[in-house]
Amino acid sequence: MSGAEPTLAEICVVACAEAWRGDGAILASPTGTIPTLGAQLAQLTFEPELLLTDGEAMLLAPAANGEDCASGDRGLDDRVTEGWLPFRQVFTMLAAGKRHSMMGASQLDQFGNQNISCIGDWALPKAQLLGVRGSPGNTVNHPVSYWIPRHSRRVLVERVDMASGVGYDRAAGLTGRARQFHELRRVVTNLAVLDFAGPDHSMRLQSVHPGVSVSDVADATGFLLAAPYQVPQTRLPTGAELALIRERLDPDGRRDEELT
Amino acid sequence: MTIGGVIGELRSGMTIGIGGWGSRRKPMALVRALAASSLSDLTIVSYGGPDVGLLVAAGKVRRLVTGFVSLDSIPLEPHFRRARQRGAIKLTELDEGMLHWGLLAAAHRLPFLPMRAGLGSDVLRINPDLRTVRSPYSDGEQFVAVPALPLDAAFVHMNRADASGNGQYLGPDPYFDDLYCLAAAGRAYMSCERIVPTRELLAAGPPQCLLINRAMVAGVVETPHGAHFTSCVPDYDRDEAFQARYAQAAATPEAWDEFAAEFLSGAEAEYQAAVAQFRAARVTTAASAAGATDEVRA
Repeated sequence: MSGAEPTLAEICVVACAEAWRGDGAILASPTGTIPTLGAQLAQLTFEPELLLTDGEAMLLAPAANGEDCASGDRGLDDRVTEGWLPFRQVFTMLAAGKRHSMMGASQLDQFGNQNISCIGDWALPKAQLLGVRGSPGNTVNHPVSYWIPRHSRRVLVERVDMASGVGYDRAAGLTGRARQFHELRRVVTNLAVLDFAGPDHSMRLQSVHPGVSVSDVADATGFLLAAPYQVPQTRLPTGAELALIRERLDPDGRRDEELT
Repeated sequence: MTIGGVIGELRSGMTIGIGGWGSRRKPMALVRALAASSLSDLTIVSYGGPDVGLLVAAGKVRRLVTGFVSLDSIPLEPHFRRARQRGAIKLTELDEGMLHWGLLAAAHRLPFLPMRAGLGSDVLRINPDLRTVRSPYSDGEQFVAVPALPLDAAFVHMNRADASGNGQYLGPDPYFDDLYCLAAAGRAYMSCERIVPTRELLAAGPPQCLLINRAMVAGVVETPHGAHFTSCVPDYDRDEAFQARYAQAAATPEAWDEFAAEFLSGAEAEYQAAVAQFRAARVTTAASAAGATDEVRA
């Protein structure tokens, strides 16, 4: 199986992992299967200092220092508890800026305003969703990225119904350090990788996944997307990364379920 | 105390805080009794899970103060969704951290605490009463002045407690249960899996898991499986099969009536008996399926 071509899910795992490149010793907070695999892959490879939880309050490290992390037959069961991070401590790490989360979005607009609260008028919503959760605080305290498993005009919208997470246009109106701490890093979708390097920090196409054209992305996006003259292809997983994903991090193939 | 004794201390129109998080270590026995009571017009403050769902389904909630309502393994809470989509409840929607800050402010008897969360987001638009405050120091930075969230009463659920109200959590996260108790000055009620002699508390875990002390609570009540169907590790995990049954039942009024008749029509002991029956039926089904396999193998 290791020899097989990378799947879309595996390309997305690596694109999510890349979001945390260079972050060092901060808490990576992924939401969803593919971002979680991405953060774990980053921790196992190019970003070993990342902190990751078990989804609840324990911080887990891949293996004790000096132990072999690369052998593929132990799954994740050899992770060791290296710390304790209950919710109140997550809130403190968040406010201290020691975190980079990758959240989902029911709606995301051109400047990165994110909605996970409700669809329609907030006073009487057509569809009530989760609520704002930690998005307002996350986005004015530390770097945030987004994972969109179904890139479409329903999600990538011209205007969000409710700004749970703060985008660049709103952040531009802030004073003090909130504006300085605000940073939207990247958006990974099932079609492409995007960033906010367009005019006035608008969303820009960074790369397209194999088999996806620039016009495919433009057609599935509800606003005008900035793009360089030549849009490169998203980086493919290396052989070592594929082996880690397939044999160690996700032998049961949970990564495919998020894209169906 | 008894469950009935706790409910007897409450009045309609009160603001009640509920500890735990999502579908984790919720004081469900007290919540079930509250849902079955004659009280109404409540304001509920909670990191919402099925506690909010049950109370909304029972028509007890006038206003909810929260950052989310979720069943964790089932992301969206069906009763909360329907109530919002029908305009049946009022909502104060805050960032999760703002809720923490509001409880902390109330516990500290402060009118507000400054915070960066909320700036630039629509939380300020949908809560027009929220104010900002400027730092009086040379930085002059602007913050949201998160108002205190004082409570008239609070419910929390612990793994162990002693009879005088010292409470112990044995799972991975204290959540914000101590703050709920302190924010409810004088009217916090703690349920627990088991009341043990004080000297036995430290046998179960290290001193820092003694989260609640007897100055924080007005009463303690033993409710075995009282957090069901939410998780209460290490005593028990979330009952995912039952939670799925709950969520399915919430999909239509008819299914919900049936669920309520089966599980919510009696007192806590009857609820626990009905749950035991539900679990036994599942085990029997699984066993007969396994038996059939054995016969085929034989």
